[in-house]
Amino acid sequence: MIHDKKAHKYGMVIDLDKCTGCGTCAVSCMSENNVPFKEDESDKKDSITWMRVYRLTNNRPFPDTEVAFLPRPCQHCGGKGDHGHSPCVSVCPATATDYGYDTGIVSQIYTRCFGCRYCMAACPYHARYFNWWDPVWPEGMEKYLSPNVSPRMRGVVEKCSFCYHRYQLAREKAYANGSDEIPEADYQTACTTACPAGAIVFGDLNNPSHKVHQIVKPDPHPDPLNPDVVGKSRNPKVFRLLERLGTNPKVYYMSEREWVRKLGDHYLDGEWDKVKNVYGSASHE
Amino acid sequence: MKVDRRSFLGLGIGAVAGIAISPVGAKLTDDFSIWTQNWPWTPVPPDGEVSYDRTVCHLCPGACGISVRKIDGRPVKIEGLDPYPVNNGGVCLHGIAGLQYLYDPSRVKSPLKRVNNRFVPITWDEALTMVAGRLGELRSDQQPESLACITGSGQGSVPGLFKHFMAAFGSPNCLTMPDLESWLVRTAKTLHGDEYTLGFDIDNSDFILSFGAGVIDGWGSPVACIQAMGSRRQREATLIQIEPRLSNTAAGADRWIPINPGTEADLAMGMCAVLLKENLFDPVFAQGFTGGFMRFTAMVQKEYPLDKVAAVTGISASDIQKTAIAFAKAKMPVALPGKGRGEGAQNLKEFAAVHTLNCLSGNVNKQGGTFVKPMPKYLSFPDPLQDTVALKGSAAAPLAGSVQELVTRVGKSGESPVKALMVYNANPCFALNDPSGVRAAFEKIPFKVCVTSFMDETAMVSDVILPVSTFLERMEDVPSTAGLAATVVGLSKPMVKPVFNTRSPGDVVIGMARALGGDMAKSFAWDSYETCLKQVTSKIWGPLARRGHVVLSENPPVGSVETDFEFLAENPETMKPEGDLEFTLIPIDNFRVPPTVPAPSPFAIKTVSDRILKGTDMFVEINPQSAKNLKDGGFVTLTTSAGSFPVRVHFNDGIMPGVIGMVKGLGHMLDNKYVSGKGVNINALISPKIEPVSGMDAAFGIKAGISKA
Repeated sequence: MIHDKKAHKYGMVIDLDKCTGCGTCAVSCMSENNVPFKEDESDKKDSITWMRVYRLTNNRPFPDTEVAFLPRPCQHCGGKGDHGHSPCVSVCPATATDYGYDTGIVSQIYTRCFGCRYCMAACPYHARYFNWWDPVWPEGMEKYLSPNVSPRMRGVVEKCSFCYHRYQLAREKAYANGSDEIPEADYQTACTTACPAGAIVFGDLNNPSHKVHQIVKPDPHPDPLNPDVVGKSRNPKVFRLLERLGTNPKVYYMSEREWVRKLGDHYLDGEWDKVKNVYGSASHE
Repeated sequence: MKVDRRSFLGLGIGAVAGIAISPVGAKLTDDFSIWTQNWPWTPVPPDGEVSYDRTVCHLCPGACGISVRKIDGRPVKIEGLDPYPVNNGGVCLHGIAGLQYLYDPSRVKSPLKRVNNRFVPITWDEALTMVAGRLGELRSDQQPESLACITGSGQGSVPGLFKHFMAAFGSPNCLTMPDLESWLVRTAKTLHGDEYTLGFDIDNSDFILSFGAGVIDGWGSPVACIQAMGSRRQREATLIQIEPRLSNTAAGADRWIPINPGTEADLAMGMCAVLLKENLFDPVFAQGFTGGFMRFTAMVQKEYPLDKVAAVTGISASDIQKTAIAFAKAKMPVALPGKGRGEGAQNLKEFAAVHTLNCLSGNVNKQGGTFVKPMPKYLSFPDPLQDTVALKGSAAAPLAGSVQELVTRVGKSGESPVKALMVYNANPCFALNDPSGVRAAFEKIPFKVCVTSFMDETAMVSDVILPVSTFLERMEDVPSTAGLAATVVGLSKPMVKPVFNTRSPGDVVIGMARALGGDMAKSFAWDSYETCLKQVTSKIWGPLARRGHVVLSENPPVGSVETDFEFLAENPETMKPEGDLEFTLIPIDNFRVPPTVPAPSPFAIKTVSDRILKGTDMFVEINPQSAKNLKDGGFVTLTTSAGSFPVRVHFNDGIMPGVIGMVKGLGHMLDNKYVSGKGVNINALISPKIEPVSGMDAAFGIKAGISKA
């Protein structure tokens, strides 16, 4: 076994002002991870898209309408207090999904999953998908499947793995080079490398030399307003989805536009104005 | 034996005990649970040695470099190639989904001929002999000019071979589909003369005024454009987007200016008038203004005064004035023509008027400006041997100036002037306006050959289908076009052996010429396309083969450029949407729905929003302000003079009231259930309208009515 000496916390930050909504991340993910497709994919509830791009609008009438796009992979939640009790991991009766304390990645072991779909109910981000049918590729097309990721079968749940196989390859490469450092460029997810706009930045949130850490500047201390929230960004433009739930996602979003940041959570009337300028404490820099 | 109560109970208890103690039950349960965990039908992709190979994508005019990951020689993933002068590591969803095209269910697997409206597989020899027989008849009948040819793009050695074939055959009727490049070449020809094209250095420009160009919606070289827009904020470059709908480009722009559909040319002329009136044009560049500049100046002042342009376009006079002045005062301004992807039905007046803004700004052939580039000349074909038949045929007047004009001409004629038609890498029966009219015209042509990889709408009406390898299975030169500042020629190489019985399109042309024999065969004396490619690209073959690409030019072209204003000085008619119905229907170019050839991949269709396509239902966008009694998501009937279709409405605040938007590129009818039969082809709702000055179809939109179904 290869053991990293340091605990990583892999995460990403997505610049919603750069995202063009082109959908390349979604297709790169499908192609990398052997995600199947079926005749009708327009029922988005059962359309397996580990990476899904949502369209956001500011709901203002013409001509003040604005639109933004929000790509949503699995958020790889650290759970309350960032202790590894992700919503899905906590409910899985089969230990088919688990929290990697060495990487911060939430795993999914298809052969262990027996399809109870508790995790899907627990996930606040709709990041998990159930295989209602066996995957079927048109004749010959299974030749493009990658051996790095097992094709799934009917009756199991699947989701984004932060391209864990790419982490394994990078780790093996580092080990072969006699190093226990995985260089930032060696482990990048398929969506990150594919994005033509350069909107996705991926890396180790624990490593101050990684770009993702430099952009997000995660606050290591719990949020004084809500001790369940850890790793809140100290960058005023950066936010997480439903942050106040204390799920502590490792996927951060960034936007200059206030209306976009406000859509990151459900706010009661007047609530947004109270919290919009609260980010991680600057005193912890 | 008598069964009494005692023995009955004894046997019963014994049986229960026996079953409980026996391992059979436990074993069966275990076996059953193991059986439920077995999925022998789920593929296990074989593992093997990993390798990477590089090639060039030619799914669109973008010409990106791509890297293909293989396992034991089997391609499993496509990624962007870094470094590569066009896309530097970037890639788009269609390129990544390229592997799906290899095994696409609608691929043509062997040569086919039509017998009683069914396609029958034949051998290559049979197919080429049959084509040569039919085409040979035209030559022996002394009417070679009745052969027409339609190619998807005009650039590169394969379209070059088709032109070479037509010249040797003796027909001047070789046409290309209206892609962005063809519009740019026409524009350059109108204003600067022959043998030029336009490139836009948007990477370095500080002020981009886009007349509907979907810079991040697939216009130009899509990945290069997205990258240029990604760095725009750091460079503090302004993007102003003028179009009737809040496209993704408009959503990401610094300012979106909604405009009445079809009045973009008037706006550009109005802006020219402002610049001329305020004396805000570049006097140095104006030294190259030749014919008609004074007449043009007088005409725009008279015909395009601010208040009139404001009334026509729906943009306030002060906005027009401010925007025009900001454009002229910017250090490196660029005005971009070409709505959406900039292909298909557009109009020359608009392209010319928008480019005139570039000429007035003087930011031409400068860093961050518009490049008036000489056409790339890296190909050198030997002169075709033309016999007397060919000479006579080639001298005949061309039947049409554009594919649409040719189709209209054939459609209207009693007996088709086109006796045989070759179509390569184009799908006019889907991509042109009024596709059923195109099909009807094609039915009149006695013999049609379709050189294609897919059984698409055009292949279905052909008599012979010659299947060609996809871009991952063949070698070919791929010149970048589509408004890029730099000119790059890439070399695509086979990543995998042809999956089906297909040939490279170059070999197909050579094969047809050889089967025709005589001087035709002599003009195609290469033993294969590869030899031909090496010979015709001999100027750059060495570095092209070694590095996989050659940069022909990247710096601003040197030397002065002359600009001729005669065309615009005549004030050609603005092409407005036809009809008198209440709404204007416009096509939407959506990045996730690719341009016409090839049809979308299953992955691409999977990413299409459920507010565009739901099941097989098509949605159209409409502003809730003009929706009256309609319901969001409700069924309606959309009617134009060309036809009527049931669709569903999607309320979008980001579209001008009075405008209906409909995504272009859906509604295919192919033998591919993942893509086919979904939605409606918008072209079926638009009748073509030829722009008299260019001979091109200019019907970008059409007047439409909508009523509750």
